Amino acid sequence: MSIAGIEGLWSIEPSVVALLVSGVIGAALISNFVFTKYLGLCVFFGVSRKRETAIGMGVTFGVVGVLSGTLSWLLHHSALEPLKLDFLQIIAFIGIVACLVQGTDLVLKKIAPALHKKFGIYLMLITTNCVILAIPLLNATAGASFVEAVSLSLGACLGFALALFLMSCAREKVDMAPVPRLFRGLPIAFIIAGLFALSFLGFSGLKVM
Amino acid sequence: MTKAPPPVSTMIMRGIFEENPVFRLALSLCPAVAVTTSVKNGLMLGVAVFVVQVLSSVSASALKGIINPKIRIPIFTIIIAIWVTVMDMTLAAYFPVTYQQVGLYVKLIVAFAIIISRMELFSMKHNIVPSFWDGFGMGLGFLVAMVLAGAFRELLGSGSLFGFEIVAFKPLLLVILPAGGFFTIGLIMVLYNWVDLRLGHKLPEEKVGGGCHH
Repeated sequence: MSIAGIEGLWSIEPSVVALLVSGVIGAALISNFVFTKYLGLCVFFGVSRKRETAIGMGVTFGVVGVLSGTLSWLLHHSALEPLKLDFLQIIAFIGIVACLVQGTDLVLKKIAPALHKKFGIYLMLITTNCVILAIPLLNATAGASFVEAVSLSLGACLGFALALFLMSCAREKVDMAPVPRLFRGLPIAFIIAGLFALSFLGFSGLKVM
Repeated sequence: MTKAPPPVSTMIMRGIFEENPVFRLALSLCPAVAVTTSVKNGLMLGVAVFVVQVLSSVSASALKGIINPKIRIPIFTIIIAIWVTVMDMTLAAYFPVTYQQVGLYVKLIVAFAIIISRMELFSMKHNIVPSFWDGFGMGLGFLVAMVLAGAFRELLGSGSLFGFEIVAFKPLLLVILPAGGFFTIGLIMVLYNWVDLRLGHKLPEEKVGGGCHH
């Protein structure tokens, strides 16, 4: 950031907190992963029928997403980049996600069996979710710093959870509405998602940093 | 373990119509909405998925004797990841311009539910040749969906097809925006429903209670 000072321009390094906050807002609202980048749609349409399941998925998703984003960044910077193994990105990242999901599953089963029962099914769904895989891939292609990587993971997960929650609220209402027969179910859900996407377009005017 | 497979024509038609991955099963939606802003992008990703689907189905079927069922999901994932890496590098080498736009989504083919679900549901139970045709049908269904959505959006959004100008103005800019992708897929689903109703089939919503998995 540069500001006009008494003698020429003063450049001010943005603080870590500022970077983190702007990264989160950018990933969650301005380029929301669901509504402007179209990622994670299968899970998005699959679990947004009920508000309760949407919240459960949102929380599980956040935990796994931030962990895998951070771990993938560490792996990418400590092993893949210095050893010139970039072409193994896809295999390495999906491996981390799969291991994390399996690990979370085991830990939850031991520590909180009740929670495990609730989250169990969503945990497995996370492996096939593109958002989780897109975060490390985007970080790797953009050459993000550690703070940027963490803020992107956090923002993406928050954005996904927000989208799920909004959608589940709308779908609970639509389920009771007299929707034309041809539109019932998924087609109307797509139209609703389109309307949400239109409204998220409004955030594109927002500028951070 | 192996069951008698349905005839080839049934398997191919099933992929395009009854069990179309995008419009019927609602799997692998992300790329269907994301890269269909033009026919060219849609076609490229469609071909990539088609190749990965066929190769993965065949590989899973060939290896089904030595895959321990307990760890089949990680093995499937690794098989898919290998073929996706191959496809990713091939496309990056031969079509660099289009790849610039759809590169991220090509990498994300790894996480496509449709590919892993066909390996789980079909390839593990059938021999190599039927698995090939099953993958062929499903991949083709996806390809058709991508080209259909791409043509619709490019024609209405930028008034052209394959980059050639058809009309001089942009009839409906909205469909090329993020929101338009959702509308397009929703409307094509309605079209599928309409055809189904005309043919006297039941709508999928009434058959399984709606909703998709994965």
